[in-house]
Amino acid sequence: MMEIKLKLNGKAVTGHIEPDVLLIDLLRSLGCQSVKRGCETSNCGLCTVLMDGRPVLSCSMLAVRADGHEVYTLEGLTKEAEAFVGFIADEGADQCGFCNPGYVMNTIALLRENPDPTDEEILAYLAGNLCRCSGYEGQLRGIRRFLNSRKAQGEQHAE
Amino acid sequence: MQNNEYKAVGCSVRKKDAMQLLLGKPVYTEDVAPKGALVVKLLRSPHANAMVRSIRTDIAKKVPGVVDVFTWEDVPTTRFAIAGQTYPEPSPYDRLILDRHVRFSGDPVAIIAAEDEKSAKKAMNLIKVEYDVLPAVLDLHTALDNPTLVHPEEDWFPPCEVGGDPKRNLVASEVNTDGDVDAVMAACDVVLENTYHTKAFNQTMMETFRTYTSLDRYGRLHVISSTQIVFHTRRILSRALGIPKNRIRVEKPRIGGGFGAKQSAVCEIYPAFVTMKTGRPAQIIYTREESQIAGSPRHEMEIRVKVGADRNGRIRALDLYTLSNTGAYGEHGPTTVGLSGHKSIPLYTGSLEAWRFGYDVVYTNTQAAGAYRGYGATQGIFAVESIVNELAEKLGMDPTRIREMNMVKEGMLMPAYYNEPANACALDRCMAHCREMFGWEEKYPVRDMGGGKVRTAGVAMAMQGSCISNVDVGSADVALTEDGTYTLRIGAADMGTGCDTILAQMVAESMECRVEDVAVFGADTDASPYDSGSYASSTTYITGKAVEKACTDLKKTICRIGAELLGCTPEETCFEGSCVRCLSSNKTVPLCDIAYKTQVGSVCAAQASATHSSPISPPPFMVGMVEIELDKLTGQVTVLDYMAVVDCGTPINPALARIQAEGGIVQGIGHTLMENITPGYGGRPMEASLLQYKIPTRLDMGRLKVEFEQSYEPTGPFGAKSIGEIVINTPAPAIAHAIYRATGKWYRELPILPQQIAMELAEE
Amino acid sequence: MVTIQKYVRAQSLEEAYTLNQARQNRIIGGMLWLKMSELRIGTAIDLCDLGLDTIEETDEEFRIGAMATLRMLETHQGLARYTGGAAAEAVGSIVGVQFRNMATVGGSLWGRFGFSDVLTLFMAMDSYVELYKGGIVPLARFAAMKPDRDLLIRLIIKKVPGSFAYQSMRNQRTDLPVLACAVSHWGGRVRIVVGARPHKAVLVLEEALPEGGLTPGAAKALARKAAAAAVTGTNLRGSAAYRTHLIRVLAERGILALGGKA
Repeated sequence: MMEIKLKLNGKAVTGHIEPDVLLIDLLRSLGCQSVKRGCETSNCGLCTVLMDGRPVLSCSMLAVRADGHEVYTLEGLTKEAEAFVGFIADEGADQCGFCNPGYVMNTIALLRENPDPTDEEILAYLAGNLCRCSGYEGQLRGIRRFLNSRKAQGEQHAE
Repeated sequence: MQNNEYKAVGCSVRKKDAMQLLLGKPVYTEDVAPKGALVVKLLRSPHANAMVRSIRTDIAKKVPGVVDVFTWEDVPTTRFAIAGQTYPEPSPYDRLILDRHVRFSGDPVAIIAAEDEKSAKKAMNLIKVEYDVLPAVLDLHTALDNPTLVHPEEDWFPPCEVGGDPKRNLVASEVNTDGDVDAVMAACDVVLENTYHTKAFNQTMMETFRTYTSLDRYGRLHVISSTQIVFHTRRILSRALGIPKNRIRVEKPRIGGGFGAKQSAVCEIYPAFVTMKTGRPAQIIYTREESQIAGSPRHEMEIRVKVGADRNGRIRALDLYTLSNTGAYGEHGPTTVGLSGHKSIPLYTGSLEAWRFGYDVVYTNTQAAGAYRGYGATQGIFAVESIVNELAEKLGMDPTRIREMNMVKEGMLMPAYYNEPANACALDRCMAHCREMFGWEEKYPVRDMGGGKVRTAGVAMAMQGSCISNVDVGSADVALTEDGTYTLRIGAADMGTGCDTILAQMVAESMECRVEDVAVFGADTDASPYDSGSYASSTTYITGKAVEKACTDLKKTICRIGAELLGCTPEETCFEGSCVRCLSSNKTVPLCDIAYKTQVGSVCAAQASATHSSPISPPPFMVGMVEIELDKLTGQVTVLDYMAVVDCGTPINPALARIQAEGGIVQGIGHTLMENITPGYGGRPMEASLLQYKIPTRLDMGRLKVEFEQSYEPTGPFGAKSIGEIVINTPAPAIAHAIYRATGKWYRELPILPQQIAMELAEE
Repeated sequence: MVTIQKYVRAQSLEEAYTLNQARQNRIIGGMLWLKMSELRIGTAIDLCDLGLDTIEETDEEFRIGAMATLRMLETHQGLARYTGGAAAEAVGSIVGVQFRNMATVGGSLWGRFGFSDVLTLFMAMDSYVELYKGGIVPLARFAAMKPDRDLLIRLIIKKVPGSFAYQSMRNQRTDLPVLACAVSHWGGRVRIVVGARPHKAVLVLEEALPEGGLTPGAAKALARKAAAAAVTGTNLRGSAAYRTHLIRVLAERGILALGGKA
């Protein structure tokens, strides 16, 4: 057993874990159930969380590696997500929803890194987030409509 | 009659659960299951066909944390089927919970129950199994009358007669004919015959199979499962475990995708058995590998199709023979195969003089197949639409024009579709609309882009059904709440498709209220009215109609109670959404007063239930067109644009209908261009992970555009037909067509990989 | 899945090296491949506290720490300038951003994976690895060495003026490559490296710049030579013959791209 300290969703957390526990399992045991597992081979992106602001696959990271770091799951970024997920809901692109948390987390990372991405940049950044329901196009339309509405609001403010 | 004045129907409202899902709330099986359940793991056979000579579990049972290990000696001896179908099922009862005879590489030989995952895995490695390995039937071509029998057991039992004979490895067999096919063929100017092959593609829903079981406060078995079929699961578990149905409760929380995979009770029996044996809560979560090698994928089919036409392109005869591989168990085997002919041939009802459709469904020692969106139609449409494209190219005709000449049109009777009528059919408008939107004239010609790259296009049509006629049952229970809102209880399973929302839209339309005033509950065998479940494209059409009927009844009941309060007769009242009005006195009573009245000294509930079934299954129709860029040197096919126009009757929620179409198209693109199945040892698919089984990413599908051509289905709720399955059927034939345009070669097996294209072109 | 008894963040290279001498102990990189193994690891040695997660650029070279991620390779402006975009081209198709935020350069090279885009890319450059005990070794030689218990500290890329191009073929856009091909022109010589054969990357051709320059004819001839020289094999993603065919196609395209850049 090892003791680790991390900042989870803005709060200091201490965990007592075996060294081979994966971050996803620690996070779920701490109540962050938005974090989902879709494969064992680091291919699906469902388990995406932010570590020190960078999107990573929590299914492929030892929990001990989070010791001393800051981790955010969707539970801690609800407000930031709410700014745009409604646009995806309006497209019906949430569908079964199982891939949504990972996809939303990576979109947050994208928009922090690149607030005004092109369609090509969106597709490239989110390529590691698989979705079997939506066919992706509706997810893209949602993000695009959010960006357009944000721009329109910005222009209104400027006037 | 078509009504363009709908207020809730036809609106793209958000799914009721959208924000919960998008914000990652804990709503799935693993999230809602209480902690502390036993972890259930399965030890699986590496061999395709073997008898368990001996199995030693004593060392495994001593592992700290291991509660018990079960083998074939511990389970009931009643055979059952896990297919989610209405009783009596067409699928044979050919399974045991654990069988001494293992029939595919991946068949379970032991169930391990442990306090935690690590102990369970440790125990798994310590179980000693000795097998008598038997010869295996791995190739569907050699299965029929092979001396090796997949099911030699004497207690094999078919609840329905479907032409099966386990002593021949035959699950089902039939021939249907209409007219003298051979004579018409002989009189045709052109006859083409080819064979098409599709593999056991995996649904690859993001949430793998999973189930939690416990004993409830009455000691009944409580099952929380990611399933499309709560009622069938109750029946299946009852038979398999030998316990009464009323001792079992099955509920589904949100489901992380199904696409038919969860129309079989793939994993429910294992934790249920553990809970019954130990009395303790138990949970099984399939790994992605288990979902790939022991799930319920599409039936591999080989389809021989012969088409006869005159030189002007009039299609006069179609002759189809399907050989379907059900794998080691017969789930959905006898039924999926039927769609390969009955949902492909009728597309050409317009000119067809004769047709024949025969099939055999065989057992092999491979992973058992199940239900996958499209359910056999996908395979059949790949064959028929491909050969029609081949015919058009041979005759030098535009493939959209040859279809216009021959396609089924509104009002026709479809002999190859059980003589059902095409009450609502906008296939001709779909074709015209898609040609225009896609820019067919510009994109169809082969254009050289330089550097070995060419661009061109392909086309295909599709149909499906809306329910299984005379079989599927949908029910709805609508109740007025005290504040004038409603609760809708259903047994259909929203698996992300949005049926909870579209059914609520139908309530809102009927009861003249807002969609947000309708709360939806489903699905739970203890609380939902009976529904066969969400499959066979039935929910909108069947359960939707039940909702409409329940609402009609509820309005009458509300008016009756209202009349009592208003002091008039029910005949003098009218329902006005928020109140009931007495037409003679012009006085009104609000719904909340009516609701409260039913709670005080009342003998009449403001509630109505209705059940619906249909003698027909009206097909939706669709046209898909694809533009590709093909790299003749690497063989890479890049989908640039996929456009489709769908006739699903009235789209109840256009946004959700569009997403269904887009999602289905991308799955079809995956089957066509990248999802492969390669048999490894014992026939086990080597594509046993998402590292090897490649489904499309958002960089693999080009741009999609879907529009609708409405028709009005008189037997459907508000004119609706289905949308969920048809949408997967056009990509394979359309893309194969475009590849032919680019290369001059027809590919008749899926997937079509870059290697095949490049190497064949390089040989020239 | 891999099991781990103990986890240590080494505080010095010496500590990491000493720990790594025990057979059951392992240095962990991004852990993406290690995680899937059935290894039973005694002590997992993490180099994350040693400041090896940087890319330093001087006038002479890039010094890429073993713990630098593939995403850093992809977004580093100096590397983009020097390689003419080939670095981002090589790693940008690897699974997804999240994966590339975790996968390390050290892990990619140490594994000497057959499918490695990273090894293929850098082998076409004037590249070296710095080993704790083994010192500075040319990358191609390192790739051929049997894995031992030394430590890989960093990758060094000499900024020899040159031009680079990277081509790969994938059955699906984020899949492992069916074939990867890096070509370069520096020091007066043209080089063709082939990876995902499916065996690990090798330098299959190195010769003086043809007299007429990198004309279409020269590109075709060089690509044919490379294809003849490379040993290819068959796996789920493609056959040996297809891979050999792809070398001809991708090497030719790469050389033509070089011509454009040179």
